[in-house]
Amino acid sequence: MNPALPFLELEAAPRVPVIFDGTALELPEGANLAAALLAAGVGVFRQTPVSGAPRAPFCMMGACFDCLVEIDGVVRQACMVEVTVGLEIRKPHGGDLGPV
Amino acid sequence: MDRFDLAIIGAGPAGMAAAREAADHGLRVVLLDEQARAGGQIYRDVDRVTGLRGDILGADYTDGARLTARLRAEGVRHIIGAVVWAIEEGFRLSYTREGRGAQLAADRVLLATGALERPMPLPGWTLPGVMTAGAGQILLKQSGLLARRAVLVGSGPLLYLIAAQMVRAGVPPLAMVETQTRADMARAMRHLGGAVRGWSYLAKGIGLLAEITRARVPRYRAATGIAIDGEGRAEAVRFTSRGRAQRIACDTVLLHHGVVPNTQAARSLGVTHRWRADQACFAPVLDTWGGADVPGVFIAGDGGGIGGAKAAEHAGRLAALRIAECAGRLTEADRDRRAVPLRSALSRELAARPFLDTAYPPVAEALSPADATIICRCEEVAAGTIRGHAKLGCLGPNQAKAFGRAGMGPCQGRYCGLTVTALLAEANGRSPDETGYYRIRPPLKPVTLGELAAMEDTAPDSAEQERAT
Repeated sequence: MNPALPFLELEAAPRVPVIFDGTALELPEGANLAAALLAAGVGVFRQTPVSGAPRAPFCMMGACFDCLVEIDGVVRQACMVEVTVGLEIRKPHGGDLGPV
Repeated sequence: MDRFDLAIIGAGPAGMAAAREAADHGLRVVLLDEQARAGGQIYRDVDRVTGLRGDILGADYTDGARLTARLRAEGVRHIIGAVVWAIEEGFRLSYTREGRGAQLAADRVLLATGALERPMPLPGWTLPGVMTAGAGQILLKQSGLLARRAVLVGSGPLLYLIAAQMVRAGVPPLAMVETQTRADMARAMRHLGGAVRGWSYLAKGIGLLAEITRARVPRYRAATGIAIDGEGRAEAVRFTSRGRAQRIACDTVLLHHGVVPNTQAARSLGVTHRWRADQACFAPVLDTWGGADVPGVFIAGDGGGIGGAKAAEHAGRLAALRIAECAGRLTEADRDRRAVPLRSALSRELAARPFLDTAYPPVAEALSPADATIICRCEEVAAGTIRGHAKLGCLGPNQAKAFGRAGMGPCQGRYCGLTVTALLAEANGRSPDETGYYRIRPPLKPVTLGELAAMEDTAPDSAEQERAT
């Protein structure tokens, strides 16, 4: 546990490798992806399409869409995704968010 | 397409309790929920919480396991990870699960979609590191995470609960920046009778405050001029309290000034909503069973007006009784007899609300933000822009969308709708009801073309085929 990280993790869990924006990370398997990225010290999840402002999780319940990331070409809410081995996560670059 | 007597959306306390009650009366019930495990946000992941995390969260949280356990008994089909994006009259429900679209049909629908944090637009609230207090709770419940250097900002009992939990975990908040004033508490005193009737809430609140005081968490009251500073992420909270300017460095800011009904699904069905001045939000118009003004549509729990988890449970069961009676599974007399203890329990749960709502009102400067403050997080529209729309003759939120895109991003107005209504109402000198709210249309959540293409076969299910042959 690194006290410099913004979050304290109460419990340890088996970790699996993932990649976020080109950086290799070890995250707890089955964990909420948004929470796991925050705990790993990821501070910025994306830049907004309007002004390029940095954003990170805000509501953690699938309502605000601030934690959007791109996985396999699909833009998804990180707080609605579970960590699985080998996930390749990128900051979204106008992927398929579908008809809104 | 699978057909059910009742489709319930949301597996929080209202949805879980209603599902059990309805299934016990012989109804075929389907319960759809976005999460992988039952509980809703209030009891999020309660079945997986053990040991230390349970101790930190407290008995009110772990009590939710009572509802999830009953859900596992016979009679309820619980579809997990289901994001419902359309409910059409009839009723046909469209949802996405594991990257595939699917549909089902139901005679009646119970919306148990709970609450959202009241939008709290303050300068800097879009910076990484700023989250809702509810998000902080979810991080603890689901992932066992606690912010090490956090400042809690706003008003309301939830802030004290979170602060006490952080104290128990050994990472007390750096400070609590509270906006309620002595005048608010004085006004609340005329509701003291109700608070005494709902005494358990007061007792719990006093206990939480004692934990916070023992841990010497600094509390700043009647805070105004609140802003979050930071280059690219939250670095400090700035405010004035009792005439003194303060700046507290931190990594995380948790915002809260109450929760409001999540009305998206109900609005998409055309349910009438009215402004509730006592809770400063819109709520659906419901009869005493949670029945809406669209036939076959019921609403229970915080989505029908904020009452908390226990009240939601009672309201869910009341709606289920009425639905069982409509479906011919209960006589009216039986329904009414079973409703009596639920109604008195519900009224006990709601008794302390007027006191709490008055003592901890929403943050005034977040209800009417400064011109430069972003109010629509998705489209990055500032409060002054909405006021500008009003000067050009914009009367309601739907017009405001056309003027400047507020509410047109992926959150579909969930975190700006009430602010846009408030700003336009104030600027035009009209009431929130006259000003109105966004028209909500499906899809309620974004659907990808891939998910639509992978739509499950919606041919008649095996039971219907048997009947046809």
